[in-house]
Amino acid sequence: MTDEAAVPVFADGAKFRFDRVRDSWVVLAPERLFVPDAHAVEILRLIDGQRSLGAIVDALAARFEAPRDVLARDVADMLHDLADRGAIRL
Amino acid sequence: MTRDRPEPPLALVAELTHRCPLQCPYCANPVALARASSELDTESWLRVFDEAASLGVLHLHVSGGEPTVRGDLATLVRAAAALGMYSNLITSGVLLDAARLQALAEAGLDHVQLSLQDMEPGDADRIGGFAGGHAVKLAVARQVRAAGLALTLNFVVHRQNLERLPAMIALGETLGAGRIEIAHVQYYGWGLLNRDALLPTRAQLDAATTAVEAARMRLRGQVVIDYVVPDYYAARPKACMGGWGRRIMTVTPAGRALPCHAAEGLPGLVFPSVREMPLAAIWQDAPAFARFRGTDWMAEPCRSCDQREIDWGGCRCQAFLLTGDAARTDPACAKAPDHAMVLAATAASAAAPPSYVYRGDRRTRENVR
Repeated sequence: MTDEAAVPVFADGAKFRFDRVRDSWVVLAPERLFVPDAHAVEILRLIDGQRSLGAIVDALAARFEAPRDVLARDVADMLHDLADRGAIRL
Repeated sequence: MTRDRPEPPLALVAELTHRCPLQCPYCANPVALARASSELDTESWLRVFDEAASLGVLHLHVSGGEPTVRGDLATLVRAAAALGMYSNLITSGVLLDAARLQALAEAGLDHVQLSLQDMEPGDADRIGGFAGGHAVKLAVARQVRAAGLALTLNFVVHRQNLERLPAMIALGETLGAGRIEIAHVQYYGWGLLNRDALLPTRAQLDAATTAVEAARMRLRGQVVIDYVVPDYYAARPKACMGGWGRRIMTVTPAGRALPCHAAEGLPGLVFPSVREMPLAAIWQDAPAFARFRGTDWMAEPCRSCDQREIDWGGCRCQAFLLTGDAARTDPACAKAPDHAMVLAATAASAAAPPSYVYRGDRRTRENVR
C-alpha cells in the first residue's frame, strides 16, 4: 500500500489541461493521451505538488459520501496506474 | 456534428525540413527529398499550428529531417505552447547545445525525443554517417535534463545492434529519460532498400523481448519503455498511424498534408497543400484522407475479420511497397494472401547480412530511380 505521506506530482513532460474541442479534461504525456473520467478529474485537480496522498483523500472524503478507506484505495489505484504509464510520480 | 464527420485528429507531425546532417540507411524520409527553398516559411507554419489547435490537435510533433536546422524553431515552439498544444521535438540532437535547449525550454517546449543509433560510438557514427555524432548526443541528453525538459531516448534497433538492447535501456536510465522507445527499423524507402542488412533473426528478437520485459518490471513507475515487436515477426499487422485519417496528420516540409509521413509514395492519391486549403477542410473533406479511413474500403480477408477495427488493415504503404496495391491486406498479417513474401524475408535473415546502402550515396539514388 502506498504511504499516505507521499506527495504525488505530474511527471516531467506531463500536462493536465482542459480540451475545449472535446469538452473534456486530458492528461498529455510523451506519445500518450489519457482522458480521465469525472472521478479521476476530481483527484487530479487536487494534485498541486504540496498535498500528500493522505491530504487528497481527506479533501475528497470531506466532499463525497464514501468511506475513507474506500476512497484511499481508489485514489492510490488510480495514481499508481498513471505512474506506471509515466504521467504521475509518486 | 454530422454523423459522417471524422473525429478530430489528436496529433500533428510537422516535418519542418528534410535537411539533416545524418544519413541513416533506414531514414523514413522519401527517397526524393524536398529542397530547402521549397520549405514552408515561419508565417505559414504559424497559421498551420493555429488551424491545428482549432481542429483539436493536442500533440504537436516537431520533426524532419532534422528540425533544429530551422532558425525559427523557438518561435514555432512558443506559438504551439500559446495554443496549448503539447510540443515534442523529435531530433538527432547533433545541432543542439545547452543555450539552444534553454531557449526552447523557455519557449515552452514540453518534451525532447532524442534518437540514438547505437551504443558503440564507432557503430553509431557509421550508421548515421556523421563522425562524432554519438558523443554529441550523449552530451545533449544531459543538457536536455539540465534544461528541465522531459526526455525520451529513442533507439532504432535492427539486426546489427539488437544484442545491445539491455545496455541501451541502462543508458536511458543513467541519462534520466522518463521514457525509452525501442523502435525497430521499418521497411519503407531507405529501410526497404536495406532490409536484408537490417531485419533481425527470430532468436535475436526473442532475446530482446525477454530483456524488455525484465527491464519493465525493474523500472516500473520510473521509466516507461515502449517496445513493439516488428510487424514482420508479428502474427497481426500494426495499426499503422492508429488507422488512416483517424488520429494523426502529417504536414511535409513543402506543405503537403498526409495521413502518414510515407503516404506520398502511394499512387493515385492527391494530397492537398496547406498553402491552398485549411487544415480542417483537408482532414474532413480531402478524398485522400477518406480513401482508407474506417473499414468500408476493405476487401477480404480484412472485411469480415474481427480485428478490422483494431489494426485497421495494417499499413497501406507496406501493402503497396510489397504487392503494388495499396488496398490489399498488409502482407505482415498472417491471414494476408501475400504473407509468404514476409515469411521469405524473415527466413532469409538466417543468412549473413549485406552491407548498407546509404542515403546521399549518388550511386544509390540512381539505383532507386
